[in-house]
Amino acid sequence: MSCPCRFPSVAPGIQMAAVTAKPSRYTPREWRNLRLGLLFVSPWILGFLLFTVYPLLASVYYSLTRYDLLRPPVFLGVENYTTLFTTDPHFWNVMYNTIYYVGFSVPLGVAAAFLIANLLNSRIVARSFFRTVIYVPAIVPAVASAMVWQFLMNVQYGAVNGLLRSFGLPIIPFLSNPAWAKPSLILVAIWAQGAAVVIFLAALQDVPRSLYEAATVDGAGGWRKFLNVTIPLTSPIILFNLIMGFITAFQEFTIPWLLTEGGPMNSTEFYLVHLYRNAFRFLRMGKASAMAWILFLIIVAFTLVIFRSSARWVYYGGDK
Amino acid sequence: MIRAASPARPPSPVQIRLQGAAVALAKYAILIPLTISFAFPLYWMVSSALKIDPQIYTIPPILLPIPVHPRNFIEGWQVLPFTRYAFNSIVLYTVPAVLFTVLSSTIVAYGFSRIRWPGRDTLFWFVVMTMMLPWAVTMVPLFITFKWFGWLDTYRPLVVPALFGHPYIIFLLRQFFMTLPEELSDAARIDGASEFGILFRIILPLTKPALAVVALFRFIWAWNDYLGPLIYLRDETRYPLALGIEQLRLRADDIGNFSNGIPYLMAVSTIVALPIIVTFFLAQRTFIEGISLTGLKG
Repeated sequence: MSCPCRFPSVAPGIQMAAVTAKPSRYTPREWRNLRLGLLFVSPWILGFLLFTVYPLLASVYYSLTRYDLLRPPVFLGVENYTTLFTTDPHFWNVMYNTIYYVGFSVPLGVAAAFLIANLLNSRIVARSFFRTVIYVPAIVPAVASAMVWQFLMNVQYGAVNGLLRSFGLPIIPFLSNPAWAKPSLILVAIWAQGAAVVIFLAALQDVPRSLYEAATVDGAGGWRKFLNVTIPLTSPIILFNLIMGFITAFQEFTIPWLLTEGGPMNSTEFYLVHLYRNAFRFLRMGKASAMAWILFLIIVAFTLVIFRSSARWVYYGGDK
Repeated sequence: MIRAASPARPPSPVQIRLQGAAVALAKYAILIPLTISFAFPLYWMVSSALKIDPQIYTIPPILLPIPVHPRNFIEGWQVLPFTRYAFNSIVLYTVPAVLFTVLSSTIVAYGFSRIRWPGRDTLFWFVVMTMMLPWAVTMVPLFITFKWFGWLDTYRPLVVPALFGHPYIIFLLRQFFMTLPEELSDAARIDGASEFGILFRIILPLTKPALAVVALFRFIWAWNDYLGPLIYLRDETRYPLALGIEQLRLRADDIGNFSNGIPYLMAVSTIVALPIIVTFFLAQRTFIEGISLTGLKG
């Protein structure tokens, strides 16, 4: 019993006191802790009220008004919402673009990240080198990557088309053709998926080796082991990456804004791009707030659906 | 061959080795092209930064920028007041954002992990929920509020909220603090140490790597932030580097009147990306551990 505490005889006594005090009334010590606890978290409580709760409530109100920052808000009721859904010429197109982008970039990105992580997790030389190269694009400033991608994908002097041209192949109008623009932006998004790769890799390294050994004894091949050991044991992380991926992708702004500015022909006018344009270019604060709330509900619904379905495919371990 | 492959006999050692080699070969056959395509855009950024216009517009593209033109880094930097933008990025935005966030989040995370008080874990759920809250919802009302404060064209809207803790960083630090044994604090309490004393003299020295992780994250978010400055800053002299690059692109787009626009743009982009990349290489392990933790404990 080599207790490192300075007063080994006193410490258990204090713990006893804390345990025996019944919750009907707080002991002085518990009061003290409550006061101290609240004191420590008070910055967050204040920030939560000021920068989350108040804006949320204000946003509900603004979404029911017409407000251009210059004149006081005019109450409209639900008109912003009904206009968006019925007569707005852009809203459904924006919705389509966003769903298209999210629907492809997130599942493809997560799948790619998962496969790359599996490759990196197997016995290979220079693993940390490969991991670094794949991770770095995720932390490079989006503005810098936007500049180089715009240059790379340029029709006349971009490297890809330069190469195609020198082989006499047809060029690809990555960013100037509505049919190509969305896939091009999805490609850039997948390129910047490194964080998911690193998270997957850590999860893969946590899978107990004994399970693979047991599977080998049972005669499972590599593919079986992947399906029946790797995927179930990393499924909570797949869920995590999917949800975080969806939340981020629904709000993608910088890359589409800088690469295509919503064009060509509004084909990359994604939700946040459109929201930004309405709020800060056209000063339609009411309409933008309504758009924000619609997006919020979509994201909540999406997250709930994935969570619900996850009960069927996510494995949380037998003992938890 | 055929006999060895039949299930009755175990495969010969030679065969196992051959199979292993084939699998390894297939792995590298995927991994190497993949890695090259991940690295290529950044390679292209740096190599184009070292070219001049004739080398940029050549078909087929020139892989190696020979002869190199390192002067682009200086000339590109001087097209616009980039030193000013760098000052804004560092002194007005990144440094205060990192300091404020780490300090406030440390204190809050301590309250959420090292002191037991009724309602603590319920309240912590709200922190987790704000992590998932789409920031698009608060973007417009916050802009209206900060405009009303008279904070437009300052860094206050980007830096002052950092004084109230960042949910994600609070979450991470709490996870770290929870791993330390309770006895540490108890012993100090018996010695009569205050909670602040315990936090700063006992807990923080033990969680330096965690502080490094969150400081790194916050540094990257502030350094890379584009939308925040885009919304709040109009006056060009107050721009951070991210907005400066975009201004340079406006110049470079005017190909007829402006030469070496692309090399300059790539050079400045390289300079702006460099601190992030260098930091990553210096603190690679800390970094990877931090990212892994965010996923695993989520």
